[in-house]
Amino acid sequence: MLSQILYALPFLAEGFAVTLWVSLLVVVLSLVAGVLLGVGLVYGPAPLRWAVRIFSDTIRGIPILVLMFFVYYGLPAVGVHLQSFWAAVLALTLFKTAQVVEYLRGAIASIPKGQSEAAMAIGLTFRQRLTSVIFPQAFRRFLPPWINGVTDAVKGSALVSLLGITDLMQAINQIIGRTYEAMPLYILGALIYFAVNYALSYASRRLERRFAFIRD
Amino acid sequence: MASSNDNPALLDIAEVSKSFGPVSVLRSVSLQVAKGEVVTIIGPSGSGKTTLLRCVNFLESYDSGSIRIDGKEVGFRDGGARQRRSERDLAAMRAETGMVFQSFNLFPHLSAAGNIMLGLTKVRGKSKTEARSIAEHWLGRVGLAHKADSLPAELSGGQQQRVGIARAVAMEPKILLLDEITSALDPELVGEVLAVVRSLAEDGMTMVMVTHEMAFARDASSRIVFMADGGVSAVGPPKDVLAAETTNERLRTFLARFRASHF
Repeated sequence: MLSQILYALPFLAEGFAVTLWVSLLVVVLSLVAGVLLGVGLVYGPAPLRWAVRIFSDTIRGIPILVLMFFVYYGLPAVGVHLQSFWAAVLALTLFKTAQVVEYLRGAIASIPKGQSEAAMAIGLTFRQRLTSVIFPQAFRRFLPPWINGVTDAVKGSALVSLLGITDLMQAINQIIGRTYEAMPLYILGALIYFAVNYALSYASRRLERRFAFIRD
Repeated sequence: MASSNDNPALLDIAEVSKSFGPVSVLRSVSLQVAKGEVVTIIGPSGSGKTTLLRCVNFLESYDSGSIRIDGKEVGFRDGGARQRRSERDLAAMRAETGMVFQSFNLFPHLSAAGNIMLGLTKVRGKSKTEARSIAEHWLGRVGLAHKADSLPAELSGGQQQRVGIARAVAMEPKILLLDEITSALDPELVGEVLAVVRSLAEDGMTMVMVTHEMAFARDASSRIVFMADGGVSAVGPPKDVLAAETTNERLRTFLARFRASHF
């Protein structure tokens, strides 16, 4: 049994690399898109606010799996053909973007109005108020839910296996298909996912302490 | 103490009106403040005192009338049409006034010195070193030289409010606006904050303040304005406005209720 697993390790490692690559793409792309749309939702003109609100509410109301199948199997009907990998990344990114929009909106909304007013009162422009006063504070409130969201993205990336992409989950399934050693391999898989997410949570706690308003 | 007749008004509020929906909060308010004057606005809650103060640095807009500082309209472009100033112009106009808030509103992510330095570097264009030394000077003035690197959360309410004052005056504003700056403080911390205000008044800082500290208003003000129902109901030297035998019905009721609850 052990030798079979050892034999499968390089294959698992390749799957793990795909999992990390998908997660990284989704996390980075959704962060950029979500922050831009989130700022648009809070400060943009009414049409933009409405568009972002509709996007966010719609996407968050759809199961992520449905979204993924829709992008991969549905979009070709309107002439958009994506490789399974990019279809999966797009679907996960859309889903995550909607979450980032909400984290950011919540973080900005949680900053008391007096902060903006104090910043106005000393003569800061709108842009200066955002960069020097609002965002540094909102960042601290954005971080904890966002890191939670990042661990969700790593776990959620396992769904890409359903489009036939050989990520960690799919690699494990394929090895089990050959070896019939389900239990040890699922335990190994769980440990790998756990290790990644535990490392992220740990880094998050360090970051939160680093940026706390009260020093230890 | 200067009176408004001696020299042209530094702050000229002329017939300013404002309503929130159907509620009229300011009714044709006019008030001139000369350089070096300390004008205190008193009145029952809902009388428009704070709103008026917030119109002076255009944290609130108003529907009609004009507010000028040094002859320059604060929130609207010069010329006939009532057109709101650009964001950049508004920021520049607001930098001419300082404001201290009831709830301090210090920036929690910046140290005491950092709070003061932000406007100096971003708005006044000073270098970090220069801004730091100005910040240290003003922290010294408010008795907090040793707290320069403390975060607001590490300071008491009275200390935070003194940083708030230092942050405002370090910008060298033409006018300092004080909005019930001791209302959120424990009674034993009020004195240290008022002492700072008093010393600024002695330096000739022009101030408009809203306060419920009647004894302080009486001692420190050049003039007291009594507001009721969104209008100026009485204005004059403290001894006149606060006289118990005033013929102004609303003022007499206000003072009587005030005396009953505070003394």
